[in-house]
Amino acid sequence: MDISLDIKKRKRKKISIFKIKRDTLVPYLFIMPWILGFFFFTLGPLLFSLVISFFDWPIIGNPTFIGLANYKEMFFEDPQFWKSLGITAKFAGIFVPLNISVALILALLLNNNVKGSGIFKTLFYMPSVISGVALAMIWGWVYSDEYGILNYFLSTIGIQGPNWLGDPNWATFAMVFASVWGQGTMMLIFLAGLKNIPKELYEAADIDGANVVSKFMYITLPMLSPTILFNVITSIIGAFQQLSLALLLTGGGPVGSTYFYAMYVYDNAFKYFKMGYSAANAWFMFLIILSLTLLVFKSSSMWVFYESEATIKKKKG
Amino acid sequence: MFKKNLKKTCVYIILIFFSLLFLAPFFWLLTTSVKGPEEVFLFPPKWIPTTWHFENFMKAWNLQPFNLFLKNSLIVVVLSTIGQVFSSSLVAFGFARFEFRGRNFLFMIVLATMMIPWDVTMIPLYMQFNFLGWINTLKPLIVPSYFGSAFFIFLLRQFLMGIPKDLDEAAKIDGANAFQIYWKIYLPLMKPALVLISVFNILGTWNDYLGPLIFLNDQRKYTLSLGLSQFKGMNGVDTTSMMAITTLICLPPLIMFFLAQKHIIDGVSSTGLKG
Repeated sequence: MDISLDIKKRKRKKISIFKIKRDTLVPYLFIMPWILGFFFFTLGPLLFSLVISFFDWPIIGNPTFIGLANYKEMFFEDPQFWKSLGITAKFAGIFVPLNISVALILALLLNNNVKGSGIFKTLFYMPSVISGVALAMIWGWVYSDEYGILNYFLSTIGIQGPNWLGDPNWATFAMVFASVWGQGTMMLIFLAGLKNIPKELYEAADIDGANVVSKFMYITLPMLSPTILFNVITSIIGAFQQLSLALLLTGGGPVGSTYFYAMYVYDNAFKYFKMGYSAANAWFMFLIILSLTLLVFKSSSMWVFYESEATIKKKKG
Repeated sequence: MFKKNLKKTCVYIILIFFSLLFLAPFFWLLTTSVKGPEEVFLFPPKWIPTTWHFENFMKAWNLQPFNLFLKNSLIVVVLSTIGQVFSSSLVAFGFARFEFRGRNFLFMIVLATMMIPWDVTMIPLYMQFNFLGWINTLKPLIVPSYFGSAFFIFLLRQFLMGIPKDLDEAAKIDGANAFQIYWKIYLPLMKPALVLISVFNILGTWNDYLGPLIFLNDQRKYTLSLGLSQFKGMNGVDTTSMMAITTLICLPPLIMFFLAQKHIIDGVSSTGLKG
């Protein structure tokens, strides 16, 4: 069997070599727009941004090379850097679990063969198609301290609602709720993941007399873990890049309590015009996102269950 | 049987509860935008206005040059979508229908670029566009669309992989070259997928805020989203007008979503990403 595979591989290789000879340039012409775009709008800027980060680079005037001074300033001399990093971490710490849970709960509910699930899906996804500016406008008014609808609802059940956007203790939560509202995408991804779980597993569990909770714990969660992994990573990246809500809803306030890292980077570049310093901030964020993603991936072997892997193992054993 | 019905009922109750939760902000937006000034600031709030002031929309629209903003938005939306349709489909065709050296490696890079945070490239891009004299023009929002977008390339390639290759074999025998095969056979075949990426791109550019915020500074160049965001600063207390404009800006994406919802929902579910 191994030999026949080898021959097949060789044959395939021969064909591809032949093709390359015949139309060497044609495929590259087709992907040329992307190659050019990649150099001009992605790789070029990415590397250039690293270069800038070693300079004192004002918006007007000549840049001067200062080595690692921007990074030194960032880590040791700028308290706002750590503060903003902490604020973003706090936001991510609340946003990621809440977002995943809400999306998962909605998907589980919709996966119950309910009539009109299309309508519900549409309703839950609606906030995801409007612009971030509109979303901020809407929530700014929902959160209004005196006339807002949220505090009205809370008052009907006897709770005196806080000044959501004006109270440093509540502003982060306000941001989280508004963000979760606009995240219908995750629900759809979970739903697609749930639809892919083979029905036979549940049928077998039913025969064994398993209850809802154990079916969820031993079938749904493990089978869904790759989807959860994907959504966790996307949520983390999303949390770190959260900028428009902060700019529009609170402007970073009150007393800097929602001065997210992304806003800090933005302000350093376009408010204080410290291009070099801001580039250093941005690269640091890039590295954090990269390492968090890798970390989640690495840890995934402990909690993510891949069906294909399991079947391979079974066959081997 | 009773137990099953009970479970179904519970599911419905929770779903309806969540629906109301998700809809309430929209409802709040709509009712505020047609309220008279005397009914906006009331506590407890009035759900249905006593008189419906539809003239609020016209009034708010004329407070700022929103016609101009709309024109700018439309220019960006139309030109960038045309660019995405042709460039992304061309590149996707290249990746899906040829074998060439480095293909898989290059495609991995296409996918990897989706992970790069926007903040890292923002400053160099600003400098680059500044160098080209493009700051305060709509070009930075349009031109990059003519070089394909990683997400759209990925989506179209997936679609192309599902089409059998018999067609182009036949066309090759008839003497058609690669470009003719792309143009005459595959572009029409890709239509459903191209509609989907157009919808994503229209939503993305119509809703874009950070791009216009960074690259535009003259009010005459503003897009609608940016115009609305600045409107807040100028009319801090005029809640009715703000909500009226917000309603108007939300309408096109919502209408488009309702018309194309099946495609959008299927597209998002199968690829796991949003444009």
